[in-house]
Amino acid sequence: METREIAGKTLAFDADGNLANLADWNEEIAQALATEEGIESLTDRHWLVLNYMRSEFQEKGDAPSIRKLTKESGVDTKELYQLFPKGPAKKAARIAGLPKPKGCI
Amino acid sequence: MGEVVRRLPFCGAYEKKIGNTVFIPESPVTFVHPIILTTVLSLWKPPMKNLVILGAGTAGTMMLNKLHAMLDSSQWQITIVDQFETHYYQPGFLFIPFGIYSRKDVVKPKRDFFPAGAKVVSAEIDRIEAEENRVLLKNNVVLNYDLLIVATGAKINPDETEGMKDGLWYKNIFDFYTIEGACALADFFRRWEGGKLVLNVAEMPIKCPVAPLEFVFLADWWFTERGIRDKVDIHYVTPLPGAFTKPRASGILGDFLDKKNIHLTPDFSIARVENEERKIVSWDETEIPFDVLVTIPTNMGDEMVERSGLGDELRFIPTNKQTLQSEAHENIFVIGDATNLPSSKAGSVAHFQADILTENILSWMEGRPLRAQFDGHANCFIESGFGKGILIDFNYDTEPLPGKFPLPGVGPFSLLEETEMNHYGKIMFRWMYWNFLLRGKELPIESHMSMAGKRM
Repeated sequence: METREIAGKTLAFDADGNLANLADWNEEIAQALATEEGIESLTDRHWLVLNYMRSEFQEKGDAPSIRKLTKESGVDTKELYQLFPKGPAKKAARIAGLPKPKGCI
Repeated sequence: MGEVVRRLPFCGAYEKKIGNTVFIPESPVTFVHPIILTTVLSLWKPPMKNLVILGAGTAGTMMLNKLHAMLDSSQWQITIVDQFETHYYQPGFLFIPFGIYSRKDVVKPKRDFFPAGAKVVSAEIDRIEAEENRVLLKNNVVLNYDLLIVATGAKINPDETEGMKDGLWYKNIFDFYTIEGACALADFFRRWEGGKLVLNVAEMPIKCPVAPLEFVFLADWWFTERGIRDKVDIHYVTPLPGAFTKPRASGILGDFLDKKNIHLTPDFSIARVENEERKIVSWDETEIPFDVLVTIPTNMGDEMVERSGLGDELRFIPTNKQTLQSEAHENIFVIGDATNLPSSKAGSVAHFQADILTENILSWMEGRPLRAQFDGHANCFIESGFGKGILIDFNYDTEPLPGKFPLPGVGPFSLLEETEMNHYGKIMFRWMYWNFLLRGKELPIESHMSMAGKRM
């Protein structure tokens, strides 16, 4: 667990570098986390994925895998990788303020 | 006492009247002669209950053997269902491409491992109707169950990747997770003069997550022995951020890759195979050319799970990671590769789960709480080539650590180190598998992971 400043606030992060407390998250922090991941500005398509992930997490208690994202978020795999290069499930979870998906072992 | 109104037509009972009240005996049994009663009770049996096991692979066969030995056969009828007659020693597939094992070293009839008197149904499973507590088979037979154990495993699905099964399948593209793939690759390697060998893991989770690493270690050794190692470029391409799923082992195993001159590309998620140009392409358009591609295709649960509506998007069944009870139905338990547990999909894991599951099933049958808890324990010998091996031992919470195993400070096996003894452990394991593990006999390794002998 480490604490550091992001978007003007001092927040706690877990061992994977994801936000430790879900409640600390807001849209401004999402953009700051996205910038750290190399995403300049979050578009509507990014938000479609992020909002889906947050609602899935609140319902199921785990962030969805890429397969589930592709199937249910309305964004296909190809676009997911364009929006969140390298690891969409992992990166989108981090930007959405969620812990790393359990599927990403 | 009282006035007899009339004689009742059974067992010599009488309806009697005392004052204005008529007394009628509640039941004829009240008047049954004790000898008749004892005889009837001794002949009466509680109705037989049905325990059905789906799948006679490693996990299913172990459960059959353990429960057959423990349950009262007058109370529980155990039935096991599997459509295939051959049991494959899957850890042995790894050795086939390098000519160390052949087909005959990894097959035995399943029936050799069933206990005498077990009810075995040889049929394909159509679906589980969980709300009705029954299983429908493809031959129209219906099996009702009181308790169900699902052990239908996982298998590779090359069709999940675009282009995987086009022109080059089993010509320049092979898997080694099936007997057909392993044997076809053995034929190919015997004639191959060298070039670009790419091993690609399509997506996680996969069965035996160390097997792809073992494959490239063995390839390094085998092409060295054949004198063409300088003509073979070995490339390990994985969707993981490193060589393995757990950080510390990933670092150490990554160093082994370096030492053996095996090129590593992490974070590569395959989108498609381009057969004509012989290259794999990731979702973010990174291209890796190959002369021979050894793929670990997407692993998924059995189609039956999807037909039954019980699986997740990879057809794995949501299962309580400690008790092994299905999340959706209290009389369904799941074991081995068929679960969605965040533990490795491997025979050693199924073996540790089998001890836990047996205990919980006995508790369930007696209506007691399920107290036995699986900790995610896995124990894997990693063949590293040149007659050596590496051993790792870990669980949900503790990643593989260095040390000695199973006796602290003594061994004979060394954790996270490359030794000849670890190699002999791996070779000996096949004998243990056929003779002890499958038959449900005790092995000298605890089902829960121990920290004794490990260095932090």
